[in-house]
Amino acid sequence: MSELIKFVEQELQGEKVEMPDFKAGDTVNVHVRIKEGNKERIQVYQGAVIQRKNSGGNGETFTVRKISNGIGVERIFPILSPSIEKIELIRKGKVRRAKLYYLRGKQGRAAKIKELK
Amino acid sequence: MSGIIGKKIGMTTIYKDGVAMPCTVIEAGPCVVTQVRTPETDGYKAVQLGFGEKKEKRTTKALQGHFKKANTTPKRKLAEFKEFEVELTLGQELRVEEVFEVGEFLDVSGKTKGRGFQGVVKRHGFAGVGQTTHGQHNRARHPGSIGACSYPARVFKGIKMGGRMGNTNVTVQNLKVLNILADKNLIVVSGSVPGPKNSIVTLHK
Repeated sequence: MSELIKFVEQELQGEKVEMPDFKAGDTVNVHVRIKEGNKERIQVYQGAVIQRKNSGGNGETFTVRKISNGIGVERIFPILSPSIEKIELIRKGKVRRAKLYYLRGKQGRAAKIKELK
Repeated sequence: MSGIIGKKIGMTTIYKDGVAMPCTVIEAGPCVVTQVRTPETDGYKAVQLGFGEKKEKRTTKALQGHFKKANTTPKRKLAEFKEFEVELTLGQELRVEEVFEVGEFLDVSGKTKGRGFQGVVKRHGFAGVGQTTHGQHNRARHPGSIGACSYPARVFKGIKMGGRMGNTNVTVQNLKVLNILADKNLIVVSGSVPGPKNSIVTLHK
């Protein structure tokens, strides 16, 4: 990436939320700010990170997958999103890939990620 | 029409009031006024700006003289702006923050990437010929009919067909100025602008 692009991103990215070093396979709690009318509350979204995309720039995103009432739910967060209050790392996972798309086809015990010891 | 010449650096994302915005970074200026056209001498009012460095030995003698008149070094790109809102004098340096303000809307012109010879689906947004089953086997991306039969017995002019695509001058209108970083001559505008990275674009109001 161009030096000048990096300079612009640094100048304009604003406050960066402190976040732990997490990668695909880890289980995280994402504290998301939700606006309802003029009230603001915080919702915790817990799940497994299945990918981190477009790393190195301002456009980086990560995807968190969880099973909600038997239905798979995936949420994509921009890493610099102002609606993220904080991210907690719950569990480190032992995986051999950077993108865990194979989890989408698995259910129950087969979709479990082993913990990294 | 005030304006300035710049070089497209690339695209990125910035956050403004909690919203992610795609934006383009352009290295705009500093430009030099290489000629001032007046109604008396040229019949209309305009200024000619120069941008980017060029080797003197790659410049023709005629242009060398032109730059010498403005008391400047040879420039890579010259562009004319009619009815410039600020009064400028020959040889004056123009910087991006003197022309644009944050929050303003501007237009950007540039030359698009050349796509070579392309078919009608990519070039004109045709949908192709329907299905790939029911006997149809070799015309999924074809244009279909290009006219009637024995009358008019020819193809009308201007029918959309395949051909060379891109490498044309295109203007994108109403891009918002998101930020100006004056000490590095950078301007950040919302959305995309024509052309590849490092191509020359002109910004105007």
